[in-house]
Amino acid sequence: MDVSQKVMEIIAREQHLDPEVVKIDSTFEQLGIDSLDGVNILFALEEEFKIDIPDAVAQNMKSVQQVVDSLTRVLEGKDISDLVAMAKGETQPAAN
Amino acid sequence: MRRVVVTGLGVLAATGKDPDSFMTNLIEGRSGIRRIQQFDPSALSVQIAAEIPDYRGTDYFPAKRLDLIDRFTEYGLIAAKQAIESSGLQVKDEERPRFGVMMGAGMGGAQTYEQGYCSLFAKGATRVHPFTIPKSMHNAATSQICMEYGAQGPSLATSTACSSAGHAIGEAFRHIKFNLADVMLAGGSESPVTFGIMRFWESVRVMATGNGDPSHACRPFSLDREGLVIGEGAAVLVLEELERAKQRGARIYAEIAGYGLSSDAGHITQPTIDGPARAIRMALDEASINPEDVDYINAHGTGTRLNDVTETQVVKKVLGDHAQRVAISSTKSMHGHAMGATAALEMAATVLAIDRGVIPPTANYTTPDPECDLDYVPNQAREAPIRVALSNSFAFGGLNAVLLARKFE
Repeated sequence: MDVSQKVMEIIAREQHLDPEVVKIDSTFEQLGIDSLDGVNILFALEEEFKIDIPDAVAQNMKSVQQVVDSLTRVLEGKDISDLVAMAKGETQPAAN
Repeated sequence: MRRVVVTGLGVLAATGKDPDSFMTNLIEGRSGIRRIQQFDPSALSVQIAAEIPDYRGTDYFPAKRLDLIDRFTEYGLIAAKQAIESSGLQVKDEERPRFGVMMGAGMGGAQTYEQGYCSLFAKGATRVHPFTIPKSMHNAATSQICMEYGAQGPSLATSTACSSAGHAIGEAFRHIKFNLADVMLAGGSESPVTFGIMRFWESVRVMATGNGDPSHACRPFSLDREGLVIGEGAAVLVLEELERAKQRGARIYAEIAGYGLSSDAGHITQPTIDGPARAIRMALDEASINPEDVDYINAHGTGTRLNDVTETQVVKKVLGDHAQRVAISSTKSMHGHAMGATAALEMAATVLAIDRGVIPPTANYTTPDPECDLDYVPNQAREAPIRVALSNSFAFGGLNAVLLARKFE
């Protein structure tokens, strides 16, 4: 399953946007996604992927790419403590 | 003293989706009570309600908007839109801080709560939809209407059960009268026809069953009454300071001249006589109206024995001998008991009765009740000039609201 494709599909669906409009490099701001919309998208992602996205990570998702990256880490069961720490402003982003 | 007039109306009810058809149906005695359509009511012992026929949110709102509003807010927004459009009101940017919204809601986002609890408890969900709170809060309708029309002035939501909208309209009236605002949208909205809410009401044992003949189920003041019937909908009034309304050549439906409110401080469900009587007197006093000048009372008239008998005694107590002459009707017999919206529907009916010079009847009246021996305008509307009218709301919880409207002259 292509995570980025699914993420863009869900964002388009939840925002009632034409799927063509949602690109991998779109920011939430460009797509008119406010904080409440963002929470709704997270809920949809959690439901779709049957996962829990920690609040601290969720706060850091402001673009489609960020969502895909964070989601991929969560899905792969990787240690996301650095993401959590980053969201809390405790460390700088780790190099990919 | 600043005077307050009604310059616009919006109504969404079982008996009509706009003020004109709403009033025409009431005058013709047509009930909007039917078998419940919003869900399968077969498991309920009460399977009837006064629902808005064939309502679809998508007929009124884009999908993105519907995601974020409960049905009670949809109803409020629709009624507000009608009210604004009928008034021809234009609010300039500099006027916005003196333009407010006050809406009643007894149950708030009942459907949203119910869906949330259902997924949580029945389906075992570990998370619920993040819009549950912003959709279900009691002020959602008020806030969404404020946002829609840029109303930045004094605004609030009232929740006093069946009096909710009466208090909202009364407080809005006072805000204009006492120079805290110039224009207000005021009313109430409610969408309580859910499986859970219907079950809750069943358990109180005040509901008419009438499943076999829904349109005749609600029979206020009639000896063969069975109880109340739940309704839904919204009504919004545009209240405006008189000079402002005159300056822009607004159509004036009626003047609101008095508002009374009181607390029974007695029992959580049983009404007293003194509490409602004090609310009526307060409204009369504020408007400097003598009891014998009241032409019409739109009754609380739920169709429960306790209400009907108590309300009759209240009217006798305040109006004295004039109680025998005043015309009283319960339009709940047709639009049902729309909880937090009901006082707004009834005030809309009262204002339109003044405007048209026609008193809507109490529908389904069959048999005189020795304990309810006043003129309830049974079954047939009556043409009559109405100079002064009262709209009564006596709620569960004993918080009473009475509005006094008079013909504008």
